[in-house]
Amino acid sequence: MEKFDVIVVGAGLAGLAAAHALADRGVECLVLERGDYPGSKNVTGGRIYVNPVRDLFPDLWPDAPLERFIVHEGVTLMAKERSVSFGYSGDELRTAPHQSYSVLRARFDRWLAERVEEKGAMLLTKTLVTDVLREGGRVAGVVAGGDELRADVVVAADGVLSLTAERAGLHPPLTPREYAVGVKEVIALPAEKIADRFQLTGNEGAARLFVGAATAGLFGGGFLYTNRESVSLGLVIGIAEFLEQDPPRDLPVLMEDFKRRPEIAPLIRDGVTVEYAAHMIPEGGFRGLQPLYGDGMLVVGDAAGFALNLGFTVRGMEYALASGYYAAQAILKAREAGDYGAETLAEYGRLLQESFVLKDFQSFQAAPAFVKNPRFFGHYPEFMGRLLRDIHAVPGGPKDRLYPTLRGHLHLRELWSMFKDFREVTKL
Amino acid sequence: MTDALDLKAKLGLDVFKTGGAPHIRIREGQERAPRLRRMPSLCPAGLYSEGDGGAITLTVDGCLECGTCRLVCGPEVLEWDYPEGGAGVQYRYG
Repeated sequence: MEKFDVIVVGAGLAGLAAAHALADRGVECLVLERGDYPGSKNVTGGRIYVNPVRDLFPDLWPDAPLERFIVHEGVTLMAKERSVSFGYSGDELRTAPHQSYSVLRARFDRWLAERVEEKGAMLLTKTLVTDVLREGGRVAGVVAGGDELRADVVVAADGVLSLTAERAGLHPPLTPREYAVGVKEVIALPAEKIADRFQLTGNEGAARLFVGAATAGLFGGGFLYTNRESVSLGLVIGIAEFLEQDPPRDLPVLMEDFKRRPEIAPLIRDGVTVEYAAHMIPEGGFRGLQPLYGDGMLVVGDAAGFALNLGFTVRGMEYALASGYYAAQAILKAREAGDYGAETLAEYGRLLQESFVLKDFQSFQAAPAFVKNPRFFGHYPEFMGRLLRDIHAVPGGPKDRLYPTLRGHLHLRELWSMFKDFREVTKL
Repeated sequence: MTDALDLKAKLGLDVFKTGGAPHIRIREGQERAPRLRRMPSLCPAGLYSEGDGGAITLTVDGCLECGTCRLVCGPEVLEWDYPEGGAGVQYRYG
């Protein structure tokens, strides 16, 4: 019977980060990946913010196959018949080290897995974990390909659904309220067209978010990220909100409608869709986090719920990398103690607590409730659209005075509702 | 093109590897479960459809393995596992 020091289930960012840090310290580590190659089952929107994890993996970033560094941030409030956009750019975004990059996971994860193998970890692809081995109440390994594989500790890095953590009894049933579903098309476009359409030079990139009619007024949004020679275009919608919608619309139809919007169509004109992907995303914030450890098991990345949506920034991958790194540190400490019980592995929770990971989740505990305010997706895009329409309108006759026009929109009831909505910002 | 054809064409762009038995199955007697009846509009790959009398059927080919149906319907309604190792969708971009 095979016995390893550590078995990592899933060669995504969290699992590979854990294996990288463990192999770096000479720990015998087996990574099991069900896909054909690492990254083949993984999907991002996507953009990664590098700053929080730059120092955890100093030797990785210089050669990492990232797409473009983001220098333009755009947000569009999308009403049914019009839209209002604002953008931000700055020298701070154009200057190295760059804070965020667009990324495609099949390329990135495959590359990261090669670095992990170089460190001495063993990677087994095309291998599905079908069960968790338990012995005396603790996790003792996994079943994969019909074989029982034993380990001192198992790292559940198998993504948002984490059947591994569920089988170990560490995942209570997931609730639609705390998850969103994303769909994405990768649309190939020549680099010159991307540069022209998004006003970019060299390897600069742009990120755009679309709030409102993109998701038929439901919690979520549209996104667009420029890659080197493609754009990633997609929609994310809260699952509970989608189920409650009336009348029901089809998610694939919403995506097609989004692509046909006048704000989007010219950006992807002559582009060729080369891939269509779907993925589930944790949206529960701090309260949505899953148990992080048990006897003989640690839970990392999406499996633990490490994704955080603050409206303007939507983050997950750096939390995945960091959680894998800190899981590895906790395992190193457990090895010294020669004990892999939950009490020893609780060190993982303490390390996360001291790091940006749980500090962010605690700071932004109120974020899920704030960003799910239905008025941000239905009312405000329409409101801002009407306001800008009337400011810009030049009628056939004399134009109305500006102040009464503004007051027509910003009446007392509206101002009071706005005050109440934005008062919630103080909780963030 | 209709939207259904758009979706078929889009799924045709993805690389799928075959292998093993269908990895998602509707449990017997659950074909009309209320949660399952939400899947025809929600499944990103459009794999669920409603037949006569409201019974839901599933074609698992083209599954993007997002897990949304597992989350919404739960293991009581769906017998759900990932495809066997090396099978199913293989993202080239992701």
